[in-house]
Amino acid sequence: MEFLESILVTPFIEIWESPYYFIELVLVGLSTGVLYSLVALGFVLIFKASGMFNFAQGAMVLFAALTLVGLMEHGLPLWAALILSVATMVGLAFLVERFMLRHLVNQEGLILFMATIGLNFILEGTGQLMWGSDVKRLEIGIPDQPFDILGGKVLLNTFDVTAAFIGALLVITLAVFFQKTPMGRALRAVADDHQAALSVGIPLKTIWIAVWTIAGIVALVAGIVWGAKSGVQFSLSLIALKALPVLILGGFTSVPGAIVGGLIIGVGEKVAEGFWGPALGGAIENWFAYMLALAFLVFRPQGLFGEKIIERV
Amino acid sequence: MKFRKLVLATAATVVGLGTFAAAEIAKADEQFFPMLVYRTGAYAPSGIPVANGFRDYYTLLNKRDGGINGVTVTFEECETQYKTNLGVECYEKLKGNGPTGASLFNPYSTGITYQLIPKASVDKIPILSMGYGRTSAADGRVFEWVFNPPATYWSQASAVIKYFSRRAGGYDKLAGKKIVHLHHNSAYGKEANPTLEVLAKRYGFKLTLVPVDHPGQEQASQWRQIRRIKPDFIFMSGWGVMNQVAIKEAGNIRYPMDQFVGNWWSGSDADVVPAGDGAKGYLSTTFHGAGSDFGVHADIIKHIYGGDAAAAKENKVGEVLYNRGVVNAMFATEAVRTAQAKFGNKSLTGEQVRWGLENLNITQETLDKLGFKGMVSPLKITCEDHETMGPVIIQKWDGAKWSYASEWLTPMRDIVRPLVEADAAAYAKENNITPRNCN
Repeated sequence: MEFLESILVTPFIEIWESPYYFIELVLVGLSTGVLYSLVALGFVLIFKASGMFNFAQGAMVLFAALTLVGLMEHGLPLWAALILSVATMVGLAFLVERFMLRHLVNQEGLILFMATIGLNFILEGTGQLMWGSDVKRLEIGIPDQPFDILGGKVLLNTFDVTAAFIGALLVITLAVFFQKTPMGRALRAVADDHQAALSVGIPLKTIWIAVWTIAGIVALVAGIVWGAKSGVQFSLSLIALKALPVLILGGFTSVPGAIVGGLIIGVGEKVAEGFWGPALGGAIENWFAYMLALAFLVFRPQGLFGEKIIERV
Repeated sequence: MKFRKLVLATAATVVGLGTFAAAEIAKADEQFFPMLVYRTGAYAPSGIPVANGFRDYYTLLNKRDGGINGVTVTFEECETQYKTNLGVECYEKLKGNGPTGASLFNPYSTGITYQLIPKASVDKIPILSMGYGRTSAADGRVFEWVFNPPATYWSQASAVIKYFSRRAGGYDKLAGKKIVHLHHNSAYGKEANPTLEVLAKRYGFKLTLVPVDHPGQEQASQWRQIRRIKPDFIFMSGWGVMNQVAIKEAGNIRYPMDQFVGNWWSGSDADVVPAGDGAKGYLSTTFHGAGSDFGVHADIIKHIYGGDAAAAKENKVGEVLYNRGVVNAMFATEAVRTAQAKFGNKSLTGEQVRWGLENLNITQETLDKLGFKGMVSPLKITCEDHETMGPVIIQKWDGAKWSYASEWLTPMRDIVRPLVEADAAAYAKENNITPRNCN
């Protein structure tokens, strides 16, 4: 009875009694959620274009960030390292298309998935082989200072807010790109039906390279933001795990789903950890995110904005 | 023609057998040390300096001293990525190597240690888990094959509370204080909790346990919780990226660094460097010195790096975790040296090395001779006490290097040892082990 009260009653009373703590957690959750959306977008882009769940998305985050910081360690200024890192991700997109995707056209989704597992190991290994496994400090010039709002009752950080802003900008740009540009429309056409897209003259290879390039750039931005927070190191590749509940919730094919899903997961896990965590022994945010996503699936199996798949039998 | 072939065949056989015999003789003068390392994966930044420390000290013994009393030290690395399943695979792969099998195992992971404890007594290979692993293995009557000197997580926790009491102005001043234990949500991270709970009851401080899930990249909600609690002190048992993020987050909530103490796995160079200036003033425990100003480092730089200090620095020489690897390798090789005094200067079996560990007595004189003067305290292991409850010290990061920030703190034996014995007795009962009589 006492336990039930601690999870069904007490947290709500605490939220009522500590509104500023609640607001702080919501704001922190929103800024984290934007970054989750960013990582999730990398998955969505590739899934939309090729029907492939890219297991290597996390490794791409690590690889991109390691390349950037590795180049900076060799004396390059940030802007030059950034250009070269983007070029590296473009090169990676070419290589993936030439040596992986081209040979797997019309293969089962599971085979494509297995190929990305292989790519994951290649990127993790290559990144560490080239740049080492040490923690690397990444300084990108964003101020990292706490500041107060609401009369000092809520504390935020300049870096987190800036990172969320950058993330949001990129997410909006991508959303517009997908909805409004010819390339975006072509990409959506490829996602709907490879054969039909080819028949109307949409170049499949170009679309694949474009989408892997965009996913690579998204990975680079995610790597920069997370890497600047905790140092660039192997654990960046595990960030992908944080995007999975976002994908479950938002749907694998929906850009708005990734955005809204990221925000819901970000806020949900922070508030849950803050108010329900103490009663449940703490460290609940990882599994809570999945539980929240699965709860949504009960009502919308295709995710919040995912396409409802209807097949005639 | 046939005769000529016969002569050639005989000669070849003799040469072959001779070479084989020579190889066997050479092998007979080798002592094999398996190395479970993690140079890749999420915890590589911590694993690399430790592995380098082991490698360099073993190599130093061969180059400087010609091995241990003339017995060449050999070693082989096996990559665990800090994963328990890979650690067990490495154990199985390496346990039979060398002329007499593995001398001992340093698992370098509490999770792997827990898995190897039941295997140690079966394979008769001791486990040396220096400053980690199962705390109650300190009771040598129950855990005959496991050694965890110079101090355990429980001893460390008691020393940290002692430090907090001094900062507060005495044990009586701890009453009513708020202390948070921010810990990795794993067997390792939780290990200190029971002792902290006992100490909280005894001294009347309010303890809050705040776990962080692996890998610890995201801690915003935990630190908001801490901001709400407003603790007087924070003690952290972190590992890997969790440490770097925690130090940054402490700055984000303006928590004073001099009230934030990490355990000895949360106080390495890799933990503070990514946080930049924000890490200045951060404290952590340790049981050995940091830096490369000790005699053993001079020898390592001279014999292994040919006097090239820059190359040595690149290989982490003098970093906290490098020094831990060196100290650990010294404990292991001194155990072999101790065993040689009884069994002779030859390759020893795991069983004989276990005897060496149990009779290990590293005096100040030995430390001075080996180049460890001022770097680590003397220790004496006994049949009953596999830990020794060695002293702990607080070190402080000034933005460039670590330096001592307290006096040496002796753990609270009166509190910790009964807990160790109770837990060991429960383990013995559960596993039908009859404790040895050490008298």
